[in-house]
Amino acid sequence: MKLEPIRATGPDQASAGAGLWKNNLREYGLLGSLLVIMAFFEFVTSGVLLAPVNITNLILQNSYIVIMALGMLLIIVAGNIDLSVGSIVGFVGAIAATLMVDYKMPWVPVVGISLLLGAAIGAAQGYFVAFAKIPSFIVTLGGMLIFRGLTGNILLGQFVGPFPKDFQAISSGFITDVTGPFTSALSDGFLFGPSFRWTSMLIGLVGAAFLIFSSTRRWNNAKTHTLETEPFAFFVGKNLIFAILIVGFSYLLASYRGLPNVLIIMGVLILLYTFVTTRMTIGRRVYALGGNRLAAQLSGIRTERLIFATFVNMGVLAALAGLIVAARLNSATPSAGNSFELDVIAACFIGGASASGGVGKVMGVVIGAFVMGVMNNGMSILGIGIYWQYVVKGCVLLAAVYVDVYQKNNG
Amino acid sequence: MSIILEMRGISKSFPGVKALRDVNLVVQSGEIHAICGENGAGKSTLMKVLSGVYPHGSYEGEIFFEGTERRFSSISDSEHLGIIIIHQELALVPLLSITENIFLGNEPATMGVIDWNVAFLRTRELLAKVGLKESPNTLITNLGVGKQQLVEIAKALAKKVKLLILDEPTASLNESDSDALLELLLEFKSHGISSILISHKLNELARVADSITVLRDGTTVETIDCRTQTISEGRIIKSMVGREMSERYPPRESHIGETLLEIRDWRVEHPLHAGREVIKNVSFHVKRGEVLGIAGLMGAGRTELAMSIFGQAYGRNVTGQALMQGRPIDLSSIQRAVKNGLAYVTEDRKSLGLILNEDIKNNVTLVNLPGVAQRGVIDDRKEAKVATEYRAKLRIRSSGILQKTLNLSGGNQQKVVLSKWLFAEPQVLILDEPTRGIDVGAKYEIYTIINELAAAGKGVIVISSEMPELLGICDRLYVMNEGRFVDEMPAREASQERIMASIMKQYGTAA
Repeated sequence: MKLEPIRATGPDQASAGAGLWKNNLREYGLLGSLLVIMAFFEFVTSGVLLAPVNITNLILQNSYIVIMALGMLLIIVAGNIDLSVGSIVGFVGAIAATLMVDYKMPWVPVVGISLLLGAAIGAAQGYFVAFAKIPSFIVTLGGMLIFRGLTGNILLGQFVGPFPKDFQAISSGFITDVTGPFTSALSDGFLFGPSFRWTSMLIGLVGAAFLIFSSTRRWNNAKTHTLETEPFAFFVGKNLIFAILIVGFSYLLASYRGLPNVLIIMGVLILLYTFVTTRMTIGRRVYALGGNRLAAQLSGIRTERLIFATFVNMGVLAALAGLIVAARLNSATPSAGNSFELDVIAACFIGGASASGGVGKVMGVVIGAFVMGVMNNGMSILGIGIYWQYVVKGCVLLAAVYVDVYQKNNG
Repeated sequence: MSIILEMRGISKSFPGVKALRDVNLVVQSGEIHAICGENGAGKSTLMKVLSGVYPHGSYEGEIFFEGTERRFSSISDSEHLGIIIIHQELALVPLLSITENIFLGNEPATMGVIDWNVAFLRTRELLAKVGLKESPNTLITNLGVGKQQLVEIAKALAKKVKLLILDEPTASLNESDSDALLELLLEFKSHGISSILISHKLNELARVADSITVLRDGTTVETIDCRTQTISEGRIIKSMVGREMSERYPPRESHIGETLLEIRDWRVEHPLHAGREVIKNVSFHVKRGEVLGIAGLMGAGRTELAMSIFGQAYGRNVTGQALMQGRPIDLSSIQRAVKNGLAYVTEDRKSLGLILNEDIKNNVTLVNLPGVAQRGVIDDRKEAKVATEYRAKLRIRSSGILQKTLNLSGGNQQKVVLSKWLFAEPQVLILDEPTRGIDVGAKYEIYTIINELAAAGKGVIVISSEMPELLGICDRLYVMNEGRFVDEMPAREASQERIMASIMKQYGTAA
């Protein structure tokens, strides 16, 4: 027997806003934790963490974790897991390196072939999970071993590299600073010095403006259609903080070498997956399937195909990550991507995905990935040994999930 | 007669809701005390307070058991004193045997080593007491729901029960199993075991209860002593809903048109045992504007028939012909069944009907997402509008369209499942036990919706184990037994006796 709180006929504005606040509490709490962790490391590293060069590094180091976490989120929401992503990173990197270095193939078709290869690997694993109904843990544990082994066999213990400059630029390049008459006038020196990357700064400003514009529109929309909205002051404060963060970080990046190319790739993918998960029918169906597979099936949803699709998607993203990692190291190595799956899965669970499926948000997972990333980076700066880093990360993962479960049971 | 349990002035609040307000309950020893009330009246909450699920301190008021005040901090405290609760959803481990389940957490053991011989022998005794003829080694998964219920009771007996609490024990049982269970309660009573029985089936309460406490909106309305007076169902209903329900079924006029769905020579085999026919050569049809009932006992194959028609969601080697308005249609997948105008509202709304952790809006649009989307992109405003519309039309009581379906009462959950299928705009709806486990007021609303659907020119097929319900709402009835349709009759010529007679007649010829 369930309780019926209010026999209301329309949404009660005050309590609805409070409910929304509570629903999103988790993400704000998570974002708050990230800021606290950043502030902590900024303090104990005496300002190294937020130095422009380190921020750039932080993004370069974490981009592939974030990119794979987007795919892993969908896998986990659908009620599965993928342990093979780290091995796919290594395998795809090895194939791409062999094609470029040994067969002298130009880098553009290599990128295409690599992504297709990722899709094929995802399809193979997806077939076993979705249609042959073998638990994903087992299928991808197999995949993890197979592709790690194949990587070793292809590379035979060797580093294969170096790669063409253009290919390296995927990961270590920065967007070109367009020097128009306007920016060159600015660069001529009266603000921030001559090497300041104005194009990057402008992109950051445009991004912040776009954020404020689109969220205001959404808020107004909700208001006029008497959907639930958060309190006005809170709404303004939240967007202001986000805008300041975006502008602040673009300023930091612009004063070093500008926005890294991978940041653009990552940003576009984050927007794309946010859209897919919140606004598209396919995203909604994946959540429904994870929430109750039988009910989804009886509602006419083709659950097998959807699960298959999440694995194909994961394969493509893992392949992309493999290319980025290879480009960053400028070589393919047998150990590339080792234990990446752990960081990726941890990012998802820190970000609020539920192990039983049906729950999880893109923004949460992105923040979760950066929580892991900042800790990796901060502890490395402090010279903390890799083994203690594992211990700390493990504790943070447990703590985050503990808070989640505690809130769920007592909230 | 002495008092075994007294609950005094119990109040319990949840964030934003006062679930119980100053509730009093007195149970005499050796009586069957029924508690009834609409869904949301506070029955289960009261029982959770009693059994220690909500520990002392989280509620106001006092509990006296066998004369002393008790402060339970967990279920094991109350079980220790012999207060055993059997929940609506059974708590048995399917892949363990009857013995293992009965002694789970209560194993006859020395130093952690289980004496299986003792356990086995005691299980045999207990099974004899509850009248269950099964080997103690049988796995739970191989038992039907009725027998599982008996195992639960045997488990309670193993714990030296003094006060047995049964929450909707007969909700999923057929009539003969229900009868057996009620007989068992009467027998326990003669051995001095008191029981509290929560049920929606008023005819059962009227039969076995010594007294009835009625709850409404979290307060005690009254306690009726049934030993001194005969109680009519109408009397209880009036007390539950606070008004006289003159009509249990809404009046309707039928305007029956041409044949919509026709099924010919339908045969289905068991999904696991190939060659074992579950549905044997069934043919039927339903017309526009008609409410068609399928009567039968539990296990007659009604759900299996419905699900096999609905895109072969059940069974294998499905053969037969399906026609919609005279035109053959393909029902080989759920997607095709939906596209051809079929909808199936499941009997198990929690595990097969709803995505419980999602809100009303997302559940309502799930089947027909393209109806609120363009090129795969959902139109938020349109979706909210559709959900708001159905929430109003079906009178779904909730704080808004964004309330999680997990937090709705049974009747309102059922309305969400109905909304989902109505939005898919089917021609023919199959409603499987549409009023199971929901209260009298909500049942009436569901019947009204069925009438409206028929009036709008849909064909409605209702599967129900409650014969009065079928007689009350249908135009025409089929009787199903052991995978066959054994009789067909217009509802106005039907009676419970005639339906039972057709079922028995078939047994007669088969034997």
